[in-house]
Amino acid sequence: MFGKLTLHDIPLDQPIVMGACLGIVLAGVGLLGLITYLHRWRWLWEEWITSVDHKRIGVMYILLALVMLLRGFSDALMMRTQLALAGGGHLGYLPPEHYDQVFSAHGTIMIFFVAMPFVVGLMNIIVPLQIGARDVAFPVLNSVSFWLTAAGALLPNIALGVGEFARTGWLAYPPLSELPFSPGVGVDYYLVALQISGIGTLLSGINLITTILKMRAPGMELGMMPVFTWTALGSNMLIIAAFPILTVTLGLLLMDRYLGMHFFTNDAGGNPMLFINLIWGWGHPEVYILVLPAFGVFSEVIATFSGKPLFGYRSMVAATLVITVLAFVVWLHHFFTMGAGADVNAVFGIATMIIAIPTGVKVFNWLFTMYGGRIRFEPPVLWTVGFMITFVIGGMTGVLLAVPSNDFLLHNSLFLIAHFHNVIIGGVLFGCFAALEYWFPKVFGFRLEPRLGKAAFWCWFVGFYLAFMPLYVLGFLGMTRRTNHYDNPAWDPYILIACGGAFLILAGICLQILEIVVSIRTRRARRDLTGDPWNGRTLEWSLSSPPPAFNFPVLPAVEGLDAHWTSKAAGPAARPAAYDDIWVPENSPLGFLLAACAAVGGFAVVWHIWWLALVGLVCGLGALIASSWREHGEICVPAVEVARSDHLANVFRVNP
Amino acid sequence: MRALRTALRATLLAAGLGGCREGVLAAAGPIGDAENQILWETFGAMLLVVVPVILMILAFAWWFRASNPRATYRPDWSYSGKVEFSIWIVPLLLILFLATLAWSGSHDLDPYRPLPSDRKPVRVEVVSLDWKWLFLYPDYGVASINELAVPVGTPVDFRLTSGTVMNSFFVPQLGSQIYTMAGMQTRLSLQADQPGAYRGLSAQFSGDGFSDMGFTVRAVDAAGFAGWIAAAKASPGHLDNAAYDRLAATHAAAAPTRFGAVDPGLFDHAVAAATASAHRPMSATNGVMCAPRRTQGTL
Repeated sequence: MFGKLTLHDIPLDQPIVMGACLGIVLAGVGLLGLITYLHRWRWLWEEWITSVDHKRIGVMYILLALVMLLRGFSDALMMRTQLALAGGGHLGYLPPEHYDQVFSAHGTIMIFFVAMPFVVGLMNIIVPLQIGARDVAFPVLNSVSFWLTAAGALLPNIALGVGEFARTGWLAYPPLSELPFSPGVGVDYYLVALQISGIGTLLSGINLITTILKMRAPGMELGMMPVFTWTALGSNMLIIAAFPILTVTLGLLLMDRYLGMHFFTNDAGGNPMLFINLIWGWGHPEVYILVLPAFGVFSEVIATFSGKPLFGYRSMVAATLVITVLAFVVWLHHFFTMGAGADVNAVFGIATMIIAIPTGVKVFNWLFTMYGGRIRFEPPVLWTVGFMITFVIGGMTGVLLAVPSNDFLLHNSLFLIAHFHNVIIGGVLFGCFAALEYWFPKVFGFRLEPRLGKAAFWCWFVGFYLAFMPLYVLGFLGMTRRTNHYDNPAWDPYILIACGGAFLILAGICLQILEIVVSIRTRRARRDLTGDPWNGRTLEWSLSSPPPAFNFPVLPAVEGLDAHWTSKAAGPAARPAAYDDIWVPENSPLGFLLAACAAVGGFAVVWHIWWLALVGLVCGLGALIASSWREHGEICVPAVEVARSDHLANVFRVNP
Repeated sequence: MRALRTALRATLLAAGLGGCREGVLAAAGPIGDAENQILWETFGAMLLVVVPVILMILAFAWWFRASNPRATYRPDWSYSGKVEFSIWIVPLLLILFLATLAWSGSHDLDPYRPLPSDRKPVRVEVVSLDWKWLFLYPDYGVASINELAVPVGTPVDFRLTSGTVMNSFFVPQLGSQIYTMAGMQTRLSLQADQPGAYRGLSAQFSGDGFSDMGFTVRAVDAAGFAGWIAAAKASPGHLDNAAYDRLAATHAAAAPTRFGAVDPGLFDHAVAAATASAHRPMSATNGVMCAPRRTQGTL
């Protein structure tokens, strides 16, 4: 009846796990109770869960990312405290069978359920606004994408209390992840969760590319798109090309585990190294999927707050596209130590270094954007300048690792861990936080509290250096990643400093939460009625904040770069003589229903509860088929309503 | 470049790192030395660009702050052919230089390349197991677990495989690491020039007992090595195929052990056995042998 699932699979004997589960359950029950108490169920369903508005979906993506950030960061704190306690013959408080799950969950969650949804959410909100579109190309599909990602994020969290998560590291290298070595359900949770969310990401990639290529405002040529949109285009092209590799690779491993096949097993002709090649065929482009949009954010922020156009727009676009292409030809640098041979290693090493050229060009472009500017040091700029310094260091250590003979010394060491946190925190996460500070007033109509925002930045910035610079040193001292305990007094001080850095980052996170709470409580005083609080340059700042459901009352005519800046410079725009009816997409529960089926079906597959998996499959297909019979996809906003909304917004508009 | 290296070393020494007595910077052999040299050269060359860039970031951000009335505001300046040319050419030249280092380093330090020496290399066969290292000395008919003795100043030719999941054989002070993979062989040449005891480890996560997979490399002079071999030969253990299979099925860390007799061809047996079946007990840390979970076909 319940497949492999028994009561023994709930780890009642582990106080840490049970405490965390209890906390999550209590928080969940509290939240549900609050919604019921405030009679917000209908509102939640109609305004958010079934919404197909790209802005709402983007907000939900980012909310998911922030919640998962707390989970992933808790894992990080556990790892740092474990290591701080596990030197000199001590074993710490996390035995390997638990610790191995913690670092696997940390990596999986941070990449797939923090960085990805944050970046995808940003692109969702901002890209249509920047190109003068009323929504994405396929609004219902967009909702499906989000909810599949959320369903994927649910499974690793269920694994916390029911069964176990993978103990294999975040990429689940076989043969360790094959049945003979990982007989538990942990790897199955991992595989099923990533399959579900991976399909969501792929659909989202198709959606955003179509939006960018087909839905730009009249007159906006590709060469007039804001740089964030360009980087989103590069990122989504990579998603479309790379995520199928992930789906197939994990699919093959699933077949090994469920159907007794031998793609990656040690025995019967399987080859684990094939998996390692394939997974990095996805994994390296994934890095650029994440960081390209962050580059776009920094480009927008630095231009806006310097009060001048981005330096070298065409260089920036060219660099973005070069990175997009090169992202696919460097995957082998993740395993120089496999023994592929000197020529192969040298070619991939040099290919990797070549990526540093367009990336370096980008850094110089931001630098010369500041040159001759009038830089206002608002929180988004702090994150951007912090990024530039941090990323240059991370890029340098990346090129160091790209030299094969250096990698022979530093592969898998904490130097590597320091390097990729240097670029993922310093690049992707700082970019996400810059974007949060920058576009928050656009999305919600009020500004964030800047002093708390700046304090949070400094905690993060200093905390980052304290937490990760010692890891570079530990790498030189021969410490390897995923170590559970050690006996080497030379490492102790560095591990303690790193642990302190992690707690400083915790302070940063607490300040960020406080910043959001305080800003919401004082939102009336911080309301932004102009729609353009930063004196922005691109089209999203021409709209009221928050923008209406249809975004643009009248589609803008674009004639060049920095469309909003140009139109502001030209003086107050003539008001449109007439407005048209606007058709906006109708809400759809399809995404939520499909995701519910995927989550239930996925859970059933993990535990071999085949009847339930079948129920999930049939219900999902049923929802899909039923929704295709829908007769109306859109509802009309009458021209009168559009006009009223536009006039209302313009009353408060301050002309420059 | 040499002056730069000295300066870097001095800086790191001040940071308490350059004087370290272990880790990859405390190289004790030619491979480690050569790799350290490339490491410093690439690091130094990049610092030549990276440090000025960081200083420029700080300087530009500070000088062009909105509150500085002395800074000139150029609201429309967004293109300069000269600057554009420089920002492409500077990274390009740097990468061109680093690429030559990467190319020659990759070839000179190819792990498969035998070390030049007038001494006959010592052959060692390495098998990574759950969670210990087995070292076979085919020329001497002895073996050891978690203890690797090598003669100083003599190249060691390693042939490596795994009797379990993938691991990475790594002695930080000697240089290059390389993966060990079931059913496959990799090769590596290393040499210790200074006598001493060096830490060895697996640099690739391999399961719950991974952190205990350390071993000790004893680099000793010729007489010491002969003595170690003689002592090993006098050890009681006999490692034949059956004993190896039992060892491979024991999923636990192990204390250093020696075997006085080893069946010839044991390494090939290890390579073949890993692909014939791959079983690990459900409860991985208890070190108790379990029956295979399910029957797997053999090739």
